[in-house]
Amino acid sequence: MAYHRITTTINGATDVVDVPSNMTLLQMLRDKLALTGTKNGCAAGECGACTVLFNGEAVNSCMVLAVEADGADIVTVEGLAHDSQLDPLQELFVSEGAVQCGFCIPGMLISARALLDRRPNPADHDIRDALSGNLCRCTGYVRIIKAVKEAAKRGHAEPA
Amino acid sequence: MADNKQSANDGGRIPDVIGESVIRLDAREKAIGATQFADDFQFGPGLLYARILRSPHPHALIKKIDVSKAKALPGVKAIVTGDETPGFIGLYLQDRHIFCRDRARYVGDPVAGVAAVDEETAEKALELIEVEYEPLPGVFDPEFGVGPDAPLLHPDLGQYEVVNFVFPKPGTNISNHFKIRRGDADLAWAQCAAIVEKKYRVPHIQHVPIEPHVAVAKWDEGDNITLWGSSQSPFAQRNLIAKALGLSQSKIQVIAPVVGGGFGSKAGVSMEALAVVIAKAVKGRPVKLRLTREEEFFTTFVRQGLVAHFKMGCDKEGRLLAMENTYYWDAGAYTEYGVNMTRAGGYSGTGPYDVPNVKVDSICVYTNHPVGGPMRGFGMPELHSGLEQCVDDLAHHIGIDPVEFRQLNCIRGGDTVATGMTMHPIGLPECIDRVAKDIGWGKKSQPSAPNKRRGKGIAMMWKAPAMPPNAGSSAQITLSEDGTVTVALGGQEIGQGTFTVMAQMAAAALGVPYDWVKVATPVDTKYSPYEWQTVASRLTWSMGNAVVAAAKDARQQILDLAAEAWDEDPDNLDIVNGNVISYKTEESMPLKNMVIYGLPNPKGDGWIGKPVLGRGSFMPTYVTGLDAETGQGPRAVVHYTTGAQAVEVEVDMDTGRVEVLRAAAAFDMGKAINPEMVKAQMEGGLVQGISTALFEALKLKNGVVTNPSFVDYRIATTADVPHELFSEIVEVPQDDGPWGARGIGEHSMVPTIPAVANAIFDAVGIRMESPPYSSEKVYLAMMDAGIVK
Ligand code: FES
Ligand code: FES
Repeated sequence: MAYHRITTTINGATDVVDVPSNMTLLQMLRDKLALTGTKNGCAAGECGACTVLFNGEAVNSCMVLAVEADGADIVTVEGLAHDSQLDPLQELFVSEGAVQCGFCIPGMLISARALLDRRPNPADHDIRDALSGNLCRCTGYVRIIKAVKEAAKRGHAEPA
Repeated sequence: MADNKQSANDGGRIPDVIGESVIRLDAREKAIGATQFADDFQFGPGLLYARILRSPHPHALIKKIDVSKAKALPGVKAIVTGDETPGFIGLYLQDRHIFCRDRARYVGDPVAGVAAVDEETAEKALELIEVEYEPLPGVFDPEFGVGPDAPLLHPDLGQYEVVNFVFPKPGTNISNHFKIRRGDADLAWAQCAAIVEKKYRVPHIQHVPIEPHVAVAKWDEGDNITLWGSSQSPFAQRNLIAKALGLSQSKIQVIAPVVGGGFGSKAGVSMEALAVVIAKAVKGRPVKLRLTREEEFFTTFVRQGLVAHFKMGCDKEGRLLAMENTYYWDAGAYTEYGVNMTRAGGYSGTGPYDVPNVKVDSICVYTNHPVGGPMRGFGMPELHSGLEQCVDDLAHHIGIDPVEFRQLNCIRGGDTVATGMTMHPIGLPECIDRVAKDIGWGKKSQPSAPNKRRGKGIAMMWKAPAMPPNAGSSAQITLSEDGTVTVALGGQEIGQGTFTVMAQMAAAALGVPYDWVKVATPVDTKYSPYEWQTVASRLTWSMGNAVVAAAKDARQQILDLAAEAWDEDPDNLDIVNGNVISYKTEESMPLKNMVIYGLPNPKGDGWIGKPVLGRGSFMPTYVTGLDAETGQGPRAVVHYTTGAQAVEVEVDMDTGRVEVLRAAAAFDMGKAINPEMVKAQMEGGLVQGISTALFEALKLKNGVVTNPSFVDYRIATTADVPHELFSEIVEVPQDDGPWGARGIGEHSMVPTIPAVANAIFDAVGIRMESPPYSSEKVYLAMMDAGIVK
């Protein structure tokens, strides 16, 4: 198996990692770097549990090869908070009761973050569209949608 | 039962934290990605990976297995087959081997297991294992399965070990037959002014937890086994695996971190024992078995299919006179767990109705389909699906509004249910009223486009915890030097919020702030107190009683100590907000230190007290057996949770697409310990119910699941959530529940399928034999009915 040395920035820190050519970004994060916040729900690009920000875009990390992350800027759920100050989305997921088993939540949060970065004032259907690739079996999405709405409102009231 | 009533030491006052929507204690950790699920544990470079070779045949004899080529593959560490697993395993009926031996009974039945240095190597090894099968004819329909032409799937049924409330019929494919005979249904039909008779089917579905099953097992040289896994049932797994392997339960330690969605699929033993048996072949090294999403769809548990025949009649005033319901459960290759779904479907087989003449037959049938197991609702969503449609039809026949018809006939506190048990006080009539009001019952609203039609539908439900009569719970309370509290328990957090509710109860019963309470995690059978299983929506009630008892025990120890120090009667003392106070002298002292070190002896030298350790347990003792021929007995179950849902749908006449526009749910959970979390259960259950009504079915073709992926098996997404939702809490207290509480988790998806079906009928006047009510099926049904051309 051929190995490649790649340089990526993960959650703000730049790292050099040796990865086999068939390793996915998800495997690299979880198995090589022990960043287990990003989840594996299907390994087939169908559930969204593995969503990370890849140069600012929400992508399914199980569908990206680790070597493709050479030179990229990656943000995982572990990188959403800054100096133990939670992202408003994280705060609102907690306070709105949007978290049940929590397995889908890292991917959900990342997709929501990508949405708010792109569109700070999303309509209801924007939120539903942006999260439609993130499956959740517990919550019925009701409070997740509400939390994203509230986070958008808050983002507007006090721009960071 | 007085001991369990929470009014005992607080004069009936309900503490503030009970009924308060505190923030879930696990939410923050989950939202920052720090929570460790089973797949997140690190085992270092010694970890081996397992893969399973599965039968490609729905029914076949296994003639020969040759593993020599696979064994020779570099990186392969061990291969095991059914030769290693002569013992039987199963919760209620021990009808399966961990790896199948002479016979495979479903596509996916584990035939061999490989441990290798990585998953890829293990996968390659599977291809090198040579198995010679002799395919046999199969059973793919439960009604065929009970007939004379069906091949016999379990010739040894008569020899299997079985609990005393399940009745297998050796020499047939029937592993349980539950009957109710009450009154005389045959005579009653003549007095009916209207009768509805109809057959409905419910397809197999899968639980689809977003976290797939994962288990890591290690077997050491001293034959001590450690099993880490995503599990709703660490204690049941310890017990069942020990029995199957002929070991003492004390040899097995199950460590179970929080579960990433269970819905029943991670109850009992589904795939965990495979990892244990493989680990035995590589002693000392941990072995990880992680199911792929494809395997998840058909190799663990699925929700069993149902073929149901209903007949029901009422008099001209609309009073139900008789019901005759026959349920054929398509229970799959092994029914070790399914037999009890059949039993639950039997004793609750009338739905929540007051009917004098009843005949119910609930029949558990072996088929060559995936293994039926517990799923949210435990048989109730399936049987209510057709039953609540027949009730609607009957109401229409006799000319009574469906809501009114249900008010007239629904079971009420004090009524005798079909098994002979007297119903405890319940709020079902109020639940019906509330959802009818929320949905605007009786008012037609305008469709959003000319090619669309709208309709409203209602359905109600009941469900009792289905479990052995003596399923127990236990809990322990310890305190730290600063007075903060740790609750040790054996029930599992599977997303439902039980750890939070237990912390609220402990805080309330002990007298400390909620945020002083932690739960000892992960659940570990070596250190955590016993809990039967996290199923049946039984924890709030059963484990809650245990936690409250433990907290009261600790509280009493603290009060006794303070009383001795202050020379007072403990009855004059209380613990409020983490301080012991005296109502008489108004003295006060913090819990800190005294709960560990005791207090200086007020009478001189030395100390009084000792570290506080509260213990509590609970087990229902009053459930009785039921007559095998009539299903009659004084108390079939511990209690029933009841409720109703109503929905408004819009049907697109051009495509057949059904959209649920708004929905209302009302359930009587006795007391909502955390109202927002209760509502979150109602929302999640409703959307899961909508998903099963509109999208979900395992497509089975000669025993093969042809849609085992998220692309081909669609579940609800954000796009499918109704834009308006009502979640209503009705509280008629449970006499032996903590502060009156009983369960709500599963109930929230029970009436959804028939509510949607009744709304579709209201909109376009069609009924379909089975869900899911996909666009295609609805469109074709409208064509058949001549509504569209
Ligand atoms: S794990 Fe990547 S989409 Fe499911
Ligand atoms: S919270 Fe469990 S899958 Fe979303």
